[in-house]
Amino acid sequence: MDHILEVKDLSKYFVGFTAVQSIDFFVEEGGFFSILGPSGCGKTTLLRMISGFEEESEGDIIIRGESMKGIPPEKRPVNIVFQNLALFPMMNVEENVAFGLKRQKISKTEIVTRVKEMLDRVGLNGFEKKNVTELSGGQRQRVAIARSLVLKPSILLLDEPLGALDRKLREHMKIELKLLQKEIGTTFIYITHDQSEALVMSDKVAVMNKGRFEQIDTPKNLYKNPKTSFVAGFVGESNPFEITSYENGVLTTSHGWKLTKPNLDYTPLKLFIRPEAFILNPTEDLEGIDVVEMKVKTILFDGANTKISAIITQSNDEVLISLPQNAQFEDLKEGDMVKVGIHQDDLKCYKD
Amino acid sequence: MKKRNLTFYLFIIPVLLWLMLLIVFPHVDLFLSSFQFENDDGVTVLSFNNYLSFFEDSIYWLTFLRTALYSISITVLAFVVTFPVAFYLTKVVSRKYSSFFVLLLLIPIWVGELVTIYGWMILLSDYGVINSFLIYLGIIDTPIVMLYTDFSMIIGLLYMSMLFMIIPVMSALDSLDDSLIEAASDLGASKWTIATKIVVPHAMPGIASGGIMVFMLIIGDYVAPNILGGKSSLWFTEQIYNFFLTTINWSQGAAFGFLLLMLSSAIIWGVLKLTGQKLERVGS
Ligand SMILES: Nc1ncnc2c1ncn2[C@@H]1O[C@H](COP(=O)(O)OP(=O)(O)OP(=O)(O)O)[C@@H](O)[C@H]1O
Ligand SMILES: [Mg+2]
Repeated sequence: MDHILEVKDLSKYFVGFTAVQSIDFFVEEGGFFSILGPSGCGKTTLLRMISGFEEESEGDIIIRGESMKGIPPEKRPVNIVFQNLALFPMMNVEENVAFGLKRQKISKTEIVTRVKEMLDRVGLNGFEKKNVTELSGGQRQRVAIARSLVLKPSILLLDEPLGALDRKLREHMKIELKLLQKEIGTTFIYITHDQSEALVMSDKVAVMNKGRFEQIDTPKNLYKNPKTSFVAGFVGESNPFEITSYENGVLTTSHGWKLTKPNLDYTPLKLFIRPEAFILNPTEDLEGIDVVEMKVKTILFDGANTKISAIITQSNDEVLISLPQNAQFEDLKEGDMVKVGIHQDDLKCYKD
Repeated sequence: MKKRNLTFYLFIIPVLLWLMLLIVFPHVDLFLSSFQFENDDGVTVLSFNNYLSFFEDSIYWLTFLRTALYSISITVLAFVVTFPVAFYLTKVVSRKYSSFFVLLLLIPIWVGELVTIYGWMILLSDYGVINSFLIYLGIIDTPIVMLYTDFSMIIGLLYMSMLFMIIPVMSALDSLDDSLIEAASDLGASKWTIATKIVVPHAMPGIASGGIMVFMLIIGDYVAPNILGGKSSLWFTEQIYNFFLTTINWSQGAAFGFLLLMLSSAIIWGVLKLTGQKLERVGS
């Protein structure tokens, strides 16, 4: 596969502050690449360097084999959808979408057909003459995306484009964006601090923290095998524990809960367990499973996401446990004692 | 209707008094006197003669035309000169320094029109600062006549009115989201396109209100055309002045005063219509 974008050892230093630190990655042609990280970790700065609004302090950005050093934003084959959309309020929908095309040497009739085609594609036909201030959040979103896509960029950069939408609409746009990307085949680089957006839409996700990439992986691998404790804690829900000792293949948490985890070649300090890794009432004869007794503290009903919060009798650690979908544990109530099993492979240990 | 209490009246009465005594009454009085005309028998009658003489004697309406054209041109010039400065001060310079620069711009206002005009006279006169300097450099041998010409008048008017353009334009530009400029440049727009398609349209209400203020100030100014302008630099206000103080024909002066008010308002209305601006938006 061709690498449409290659970022090599990229850094950005502001006065007395490092926003982006030695980042290396590549994006494949036609891919949906997400950068996921908490607020202030440097995502926007990274994107602004790719689009050319911010000059890199070190490193290089290569698009289709060409270094972008010194090339101004208007000359780069990338377009950006801004965090706040930045639609032109003095123009209507059609004029907004046509803005970029009019800057090129393209005939009027072609501009009209391409704008129309694009508006059809994002489901906005009939809105041509509307002012952008009269549109709903989701429609404004689509205008912003159409305005960039109509230029057929090599790469479309999106900076938290769904951030301003309400939850329902966000869920909807998430799927729509993914379908749109599949349909037109443009490479998307998508920034977000919402892990579900990143996991649902992307082929590859980079998790960013304090200006660095912690892990670049497929959504599935990121979830199943987080490489660092930051990723384990940030992606998906997890029960974190501090580990105070590791002897003879037995971990001890800070509250004194003992768990078997053989064959670690380092001394772990952190342990993460996903809520769905806990097995309620496990059958006795399973291999590699530790069983503990817990007392149900509360039931957190949330439809298919219902969890229980339980206290481990042995150590007073409090954990969140996902309830299986079947009706087996429907009658569970506060104060009940349950047996809970955890498989060794589901204990994710980290040394920092 | 809501019940008004005493405090409401206490506050509204000075406002009404001010509006009535200082704005409405004098204008009504002026308006009425503009129709008074002394006929051949020396009797004062009501007539349109004071207004008609404006159209009958070409010197009057030609002077008005000249004044209006100059005022429009200087207003446009004020925009051209101040817009880049306003853009620079709001979008490029950091906020900390820009307020300092605005204070600098205010200095001519503190000093007063008359003093700045004398300042320009010192600069522009035949053996003034500029001419002396050019002669010293050997670029010219004889001084260029700048003072008491249309040129010096334009400079004076421009200088005193620029500030009234720059402040509303700056406040309009302040509300322009920087990411709009970036988005335009991301979509391939040149600096010129960004200025004409994004920045100026956004600042249009500010430009319009600045334009109205500057135009009104210039067309109604008396001091700069009178002192800096030459013998041929006729200004309509000078004619009004003459009626009031030289020929002592107050009703004629009143009529011309009203003509100035109505014609300049008509010009503003026309320009606003032409550029598709709404007066309500300009005021905000
Ligand atoms: N021009 C600048 N000068 C100094 N520091 C800056 C500048 N721009 C950004 N920063 C700092 O760089 C860090 C990263 O900023 P950035 O905008 O890239 O974060 P982000 O990951 O996009 O956050 P968010 O999710 O909130 O948008 C922040 O701590 C910010 O304060
Ligand atoms: Mg950001």
